[in-house]
Amino acid sequence: MIAEAGHYALVLALALALIQSTVPMLGARWGDQALMNVARSTALAQLLFAGASFTALTMLHVTSDFSVVNVFENSHSMKPLLYKITGVWGNHEGSMLLWVLILALFGGLVAAFGNNLPLSLRAHVLAVQGWIAAAFYLFILVTSNPFLRIASPPIEGRDLNPVLQDIGLAVHPPMLYLGYVGFSISFSFAVAALIEGRIDAAWARWVRPWTLVAWIFLTLGIAMGSYWAYYELGWGGWWFWDPVENASLMPWLAGTALLHSAVVMEKRNALKVWTILLSILTFSLSLLGTFLVRSGVLTSVHAFATDPARGVFILLILCLFIGGSLLLYAWRASTLKQGGLFAPISREGALVLNNLFLTTACATVFIGTLYPLALEVVTGDKISVGAPFFNLTFGPLFVPLLAAMPFGPMLAWKRGDLLGAAQRLTAAGIAALIVIAVLWAWTFGGATFAPLAIGLAVFVVAGAVSDLAERVGLFRIPLTIAVARARGLPRATWGTAFAHAGIGIALIGIVCETTWNTEYIGSMKPDHVAKVAGYQLKLDGVTQRQGPNFREMIAQFTVSRDGETLEVMTPSKRDFTTRGSSTTEAALLTRGASQLYVSLGETNAEGAIAVRIYHKPLVLLIWWGPVLMAFGGLLSLSDRRLRVGAPKPAKAARALQPAE
Amino acid sequence: MTRKQRRLTMIGGSLAVLAIAAALVLNAMRDSIVFFSTPTMAAEKQFPPGQRFRLGGLVQPGSLVRGDNLAVNFSVADGSATLPVTYKGILPDLFREGQGVVAEGALDASGVFKADTVLAKHDETYMPKDVADALKKQGHWKDDYGAKPGATAASAPVQGTSK
Repeated sequence: MIAEAGHYALVLALALALIQSTVPMLGARWGDQALMNVARSTALAQLLFAGASFTALTMLHVTSDFSVVNVFENSHSMKPLLYKITGVWGNHEGSMLLWVLILALFGGLVAAFGNNLPLSLRAHVLAVQGWIAAAFYLFILVTSNPFLRIASPPIEGRDLNPVLQDIGLAVHPPMLYLGYVGFSISFSFAVAALIEGRIDAAWARWVRPWTLVAWIFLTLGIAMGSYWAYYELGWGGWWFWDPVENASLMPWLAGTALLHSAVVMEKRNALKVWTILLSILTFSLSLLGTFLVRSGVLTSVHAFATDPARGVFILLILCLFIGGSLLLYAWRASTLKQGGLFAPISREGALVLNNLFLTTACATVFIGTLYPLALEVVTGDKISVGAPFFNLTFGPLFVPLLAAMPFGPMLAWKRGDLLGAAQRLTAAGIAALIVIAVLWAWTFGGATFAPLAIGLAVFVVAGAVSDLAERVGLFRIPLTIAVARARGLPRATWGTAFAHAGIGIALIGIVCETTWNTEYIGSMKPDHVAKVAGYQLKLDGVTQRQGPNFREMIAQFTVSRDGETLEVMTPSKRDFTTRGSSTTEAALLTRGASQLYVSLGETNAEGAIAVRIYHKPLVLLIWWGPVLMAFGGLLSLSDRRLRVGAPKPAKAARALQPAE
Repeated sequence: MTRKQRRLTMIGGSLAVLAIAAALVLNAMRDSIVFFSTPTMAAEKQFPPGQRFRLGGLVQPGSLVRGDNLAVNFSVADGSATLPVTYKGILPDLFREGQGVVAEGALDASGVFKADTVLAKHDETYMPKDVADALKKQGHWKDDYGAKPGATAASAPVQGTSK
């Protein structure tokens, strides 16, 4: 009964999406207010029905109703409640349902909070959202219906993939989808602007908060996924340049570029055509990511069941939306008027440079990800493009981007003073040089590039700090006034500083982890001691334990340093009988930002156990960086300017356009 | 600067960055791409010692020998040829004899494949896609390796590496 209700709600949501995608368009064409307002109610009702459908599937999973194929294949009655809930999106059908639910959520938010949008713009935006939604509802209903029944219900389910039975599954996919799908809003706004043939600074001010929300979630989602892979896969890697990871990195790079070009558009009414193109590309890359992950052309943790029909269907959606929107762009972009002029050395110029490097870096990731697929189709050769390729292409492109980053916020709009900016960055430059010199002396004869890379990261962080210091006049005026000025700074300025510093912090973590990682791999017997990076790890013994749906072998290590006992670490291996598979649960010991990482291998006949121990210096900075970036995004989002929304376009266009 | 000059500066700058990126990509393509090969294909292609490639096939039953200090020897077979592999480190959880495996590394002077990465997957019905395709092509595909459509589980790659 619940399954049928969920299925029915999904069909109704499809019907509503179809109405939403046509009626408001006609209303906008005929200038009919009532028809345009249909968009609002259908978007909200669609959210309601998509939510009902998702709730139905969740209830089926929680109650372990094995007469539903989806529940039977991905659940087990003994599974803890948390994993019964998260297991809803731990499979293909359920995760697509989550995808459309989030799409409906964003549509609903625009409908609910878009009261200050011009009526026709809102109608167009929601209509485009309706097209996307309709395509994906159809996809779910035709190829991946999660509500199918089994004729003779089995007693027990096949259980969820053990690797996914982790708290990470509760956080990572919803976050990532909020990011991926959130970019649909800027896409819809871009397509709506192309249809209307009109775009202005007010448009950018409406689009920015949505882009920012999507970007914040995508940043956190990627970071979370990386940390999850780090502790769950058992060998301490946090980024594999796996095609599926690249699929999430590409929209992030394009989205970051979009975020910056939208600033130029909002402030200076320039780069309009480019911003529209970026909005389209960002969401296109999100769709491409969905295709890569869901079609089964790739084998990875994320590729659930593979079914050619699904791949073809998503490919069709992909071609329809990317092709259609680019065609519309080619046809209509010339009607958009060009905006403000600026010198190459100016804030605008710096943001263009940022866009140039980010999109080029995105293109190299795109090539590295899709080239093997293309080559296999063309010549049949199977190749893999791994980390070395990306280190050689992506890395060098990020160096100039990071070196230029502190200069950007220091330059004035229209015409900047590079020398002045360089003078104000002297302190940051000196700090970076000192760090490089100290590291070089300290690790003499060791890695050459690592101190330079850390110097660059320090320059980025110090540059962000000195930008703030310059703005509030720290050390030049009395402290109390400086504090008052700091309070008065726009939140967006603080946001920029935090986000930029976050990049630097993450880079420090990445360089330290890859350069000074120490590891011990060997087989140990009880009472053996392993020495790693000044720590002594003594294997106390191995015990067995029965978990709810697995058997576990736990090893106990006593960790000490300089004769002083620190803590007990208990890595384990779990055997899941239903799936006949096992997982490695690594044990982590956090000391400051560094971590000690222990994971287990197999036991041999003499009772020795294979052990992998890593010491990863400053590894946590890799994830603190993105958290700082997301926090910066949040600060920007809370900026008063974005909260009050955009002024009415006609007046705004004049008000925001300074005299040339 | 006039509007035209500004535009030219921007376009010139963009082209320069794109050219650099293209050069980087082409350079990386030449050096850091790894081919996939089965033992038969490896014999045909005559990889020189030291050139990295990915070797895929089935772990030959009875060939697994564990040595001291996590050293492992096994053979990878594809039905018509076998290739001996050595590896030092922890094998993935579901590395089993008779099952599919992908190893990355290079041949040494004596024709033994020295692997530094061994990949296997977390599922009892799992067969790496590359291996399955290659076996199908050579006519050694057995149906029992095939995943039942719709019943395949999400399966995670597990890697064992030794750097």
